[in-house]
Amino acid sequence: MHLPTREQSGVLIVSVSGRIDHIASEEFTKALDPLLANCVPGQPPLLLDFSGVEYISSAGLRVLMIASRRAKGQRGVFAIAALQPLVQEVFAISRFNLIMPCYVSLDAACKVLGA
Amino acid sequence: MKKVCFWGTRGSLPVSLTARDVREKIISALTAANGKSFKTPAALNEFVATLPFSTTGTFGGNSSCVEIINGGAEHFICDMGSGARPLGQAKIATYGVPNPQTYHIFISHLHWDHLMGFPYFAPMYIPGNRIVIHGCHARLEEAIRLQMRSPCFPVDYSQAGARIEFDLMTPDKAHYIAGINVTPKLQLHAGDSYGYRFESIERTVVYSTDCEHQLDDLVEREACVKFFAGADLVIFDAMYSLAEAVSVKADWGHSSNVVGVELCQAAGARRLALFHHEPAHDDIQLNRLLAETRRLEQITRGDQPALEVISAYDGLTVTL
Ligand SMILES: [Zn+2]
Ligand SMILES: [Zn+2]
Repeated sequence: MHLPTREQSGVLIVSVSGRIDHIASEEFTKALDPLLANCVPGQPPLLLDFSGVEYISSAGLRVLMIASRRAKGQRGVFAIAALQPLVQEVFAISRFNLIMPCYVSLDAACKVLGA
Repeated sequence: MKKVCFWGTRGSLPVSLTARDVREKIISALTAANGKSFKTPAALNEFVATLPFSTTGTFGGNSSCVEIINGGAEHFICDMGSGARPLGQAKIATYGVPNPQTYHIFISHLHWDHLMGFPYFAPMYIPGNRIVIHGCHARLEEAIRLQMRSPCFPVDYSQAGARIEFDLMTPDKAHYIAGINVTPKLQLHAGDSYGYRFESIERTVVYSTDCEHQLDDLVEREACVKFFAGADLVIFDAMYSLAEAVSVKADWGHSSNVVGVELCQAAGARRLALFHHEPAHDDIQLNRLLAETRRLEQITRGDQPALEVISAYDGLTVTL
């Protein structure tokens, strides 16, 4: 899985796209690994741009939970932004909206995280 | 197999409505009525039918006990939670005494919420009845006897009037029992649990409770999909939200509505029954969970045929 990155207002934005189902989850974990290794104090906050994600399964959500937990353990900043409406619903139904920092848009996230 | 009747649907510990819960239901009904008057009982009934289940009913509080109605002479029951008490009473009311019956009971595992109803299952005290307790745990008989012994219980196991037999089943192998093929499957749960797949010529029912699904284990996922394949009804442990199941309650041995939908969709199952409800959830929360699960099924369905989602409640009968 290729995860293009760019920096905006001091935030490292990672574009995620497509379907993150139980099979793609394994690749998603691998692709996130080097980015998470750098998600530490003194490095830019890591923000996943989810605008290109059409579907995420339980296995994909679990990868996010583990990533978030790892970042927190390293005292790094990790968040998600710009969920498509249906993906947003999946977050709410699974209660992931309660355990993951989610922002409505990249701009909203950068305003909070980039400062 | 013709029908499935749910006698106990609550997880972990039986619960009951409180006075406050009942009061809240009355207040919701009267608020919805908004001063209307009803000229006939039929008009009143019609109005009541428009109210949500969380106002007019309750999911109930008995722990796991599910009956599979085969239409044959022998009875099929999954687990002996506290729901076994009303089930036993219903059987006595239907068949009377003496009128010897055979009960096949399939035990998912030996945790107390799945066994506690056995001492209150009236048919076990009636001579002539035959009770066959099927399961995969080597200590099945020991666990059943343990709870009917002083100082835990006033009546000793030896007082059972019925003939009680134990059948230690082999997982992943179909056992032909009174016209139904029953295949147990090992599940991830403290002390192990087993799901059961019941197949008759025309219908398939899967009883899968107290099972945690590890989402990164693709081999086990495939095994589960095969176990659920083409089922007319999958009774599924949906005790936690997905977020709880993978974080704070990881390794607690239970699953979520989200995983239930995903596995049933992958398996091409026809109907999913949410089961083993969290004791802390009230009727409003369980009703909301059902609505959300239906919505999830709808938005993730793709081109597949629809999966019907229901939430099991004590007293619900489902026609297969
Ligand atoms: Zn249980
Ligand atoms: Zn258990």
